[in-house]
Amino acid sequence: MRPILLKGHERPLTFLKYNRDGDLLFSCAKDHTPTVWYASNGERLGTYKGHNGAVWCCDVSRDSTRLVTSSADQTVKLWDCETGLQLFSFNFDAPARAVSFSEGDKMVVITTDPFMEQQSAIHVKLIEDDRSLQTSEDVLTITGPQGRINRAMWGPLNKTIISAGEDATVRIWDAETGKLLKESDPETGHQKAITSMSKSADGSHFITGSHDKTAKLWDTRTLKVLKTYTTERPVNAAAISPLLDHVVIGGGQEASQVTMTSTRAGKFEAKFFHKIFEEEIGGVKGHFGPINALAFNPDGRSFSSGGEDGYVRVHFFDADYYHIKV
Amino acid sequence: MGGRRDFRWGDAAEEDDGIEGVLPPTQVIGPDEKGVKIIIEWRKNDDGVRTKVTKTVRVKKQVKKLNPAAIRRRSLKKFGDALGQNASDNLTVVSTEEIFLERTRPAGAKAEPEKGADLASLGNASLIVCRTCGKKGDHWTSKCPFKDLAATKGFSVGGEKPPTDDDMGPSAGPGGKGSYVPPSMRGGGKADGGESMRRGRDDNSIRVTNLSEDTREQDLQELFRPFGAISRIYVAFDRETGLSRGFAFINFVNRDDAIRAINKLDGYGYDNLILRVEWATPRADRS
Repeated sequence: MRPILLKGHERPLTFLKYNRDGDLLFSCAKDHTPTVWYASNGERLGTYKGHNGAVWCCDVSRDSTRLVTSSADQTVKLWDCETGLQLFSFNFDAPARAVSFSEGDKMVVITTDPFMEQQSAIHVKLIEDDRSLQTSEDVLTITGPQGRINRAMWGPLNKTIISAGEDATVRIWDAETGKLLKESDPETGHQKAITSMSKSADGSHFITGSHDKTAKLWDTRTLKVLKTYTTERPVNAAAISPLLDHVVIGGGQEASQVTMTSTRAGKFEAKFFHKIFEEEIGGVKGHFGPINALAFNPDGRSFSSGGEDGYVRVHFFDADYYHIKV
Repeated sequence: MGGRRDFRWGDAAEEDDGIEGVLPPTQVIGPDEKGVKIIIEWRKNDDGVRTKVTKTVRVKKQVKKLNPAAIRRRSLKKFGDALGQNASDNLTVVSTEEIFLERTRPAGAKAEPEKGADLASLGNASLIVCRTCGKKGDHWTSKCPFKDLAATKGFSVGGEKPPTDDDMGPSAGPGGKGSYVPPSMRGGGKADGGESMRRGRDDNSIRVTNLSEDTREQDLQELFRPFGAISRIYVAFDRETGLSRGFAFINFVNRDDAIRAINKLDGYGYDNLILRVEWATPRADRS
């Protein structure tokens, strides 16, 4: 395959997201402008201008009309996907890390970093259809976990919120009351900071990547570790194929460590594992730095990776990928 | 291709007038029920000779289902920074490099390949040539039964590492049964093995730099063998990455051969790099 290289960003990539139809690809980077691309040919459709700091995460509504982005400038902004107009800005007292739309796009969950003696927190906001009614009031605020909460997302039927972060623990919260329902087992769970989390297509399970050099597959309801995929490098990103029983894991040395060690081969590949057998299938090379973000196209026929090198690479699988036997 | 005519100046004049100069129109036959189409074109090649080009093309229709919302979004107006961008910005490029999903193991292979398979039973038995005794398809160099004799014969055995002084001791007499004895050593091996080695290393040693990373000892053997008997080849490898560091030392048995090799191969293009071949600086001078 000949990947398409998207060179719109000047700083390391932080997050990638396809819309549900799989025709648009949203990219966030440490530069201040999230960008949307046509996923089929890599053409840039537009940029969302207004943030004043690194953009850590984004989510797109199911009908691909609204985009929400979280940034280190202590705001979360709601955008019109198709025109790049800013619709609303939620202001916080701390950098906003993760953001995710609920099923039905009526709510968003936002996490904020610990900052100036403030604890990290999970906020739930309502998204009004009528923009004039939009407020920045929290419907629910959850505090408790130590360190950054790197990812948060909604559980089945919006009944729960799943969070994961630097304390290496995955937690399930009640989305109504904010009560802690489940916590991952410290024995079987991650040992170091969790850097990424993404759901399977049907939401029944999800994958987390961690600095402990593993990625783990979890059951969304019971929070049991189903599978563990072990690599040689800290994992920055992980995604589950919607088409085949594959997961893709990306990482590499931490950017600050790259020049500190003598290993010239940095292991900056996207690694494919068999989801069930936990066996490594192969690797896709290309980035000149660690991979920070990975996303599968909802059709499962292409995936994109974003690296510390500032490039997004969109890979369309060759025909023989679909017949790989483990 | 066909319909070739000899070119004459008279024709050229006619063609300039536009009488004969008009090429027959492109003819398309088909497509038939299998989608095969034949296109007949006339064109002039660089010499001005009329040529007939017949192309057979198969037309295949591919149905791709698209989401109506996605089709509508195809025609959205650009916004933000994308608004003023032009094609020369080159924000989106297709990789010039073909990237493969590199399999950890070849497809269908079991986790642990069966070890100790009989070498002779392998299909590539003839590729296995022992560098010590020259026997084909029997054993690898490292497994050679005459390995101990190699030092006295002035061959390197270790491949990757230069022989140390220890392994040059007088180990066995010359002319082990059936093994190859280089011409310089024939006649009972009068010279003391150790001494000849040391002299070889210091005197007729040449340094080859700007080698490509893929160059292996065997390649250098092929490259330098025509100049004369070689007593030692050492390719420098990086201990950590296992990659070649791009230089090598080669010792010739005879000084004249080394001179000829330097004269011939210095500046020689090898693996799209220009080789630099010179006398190796003696060890004492460096320290």
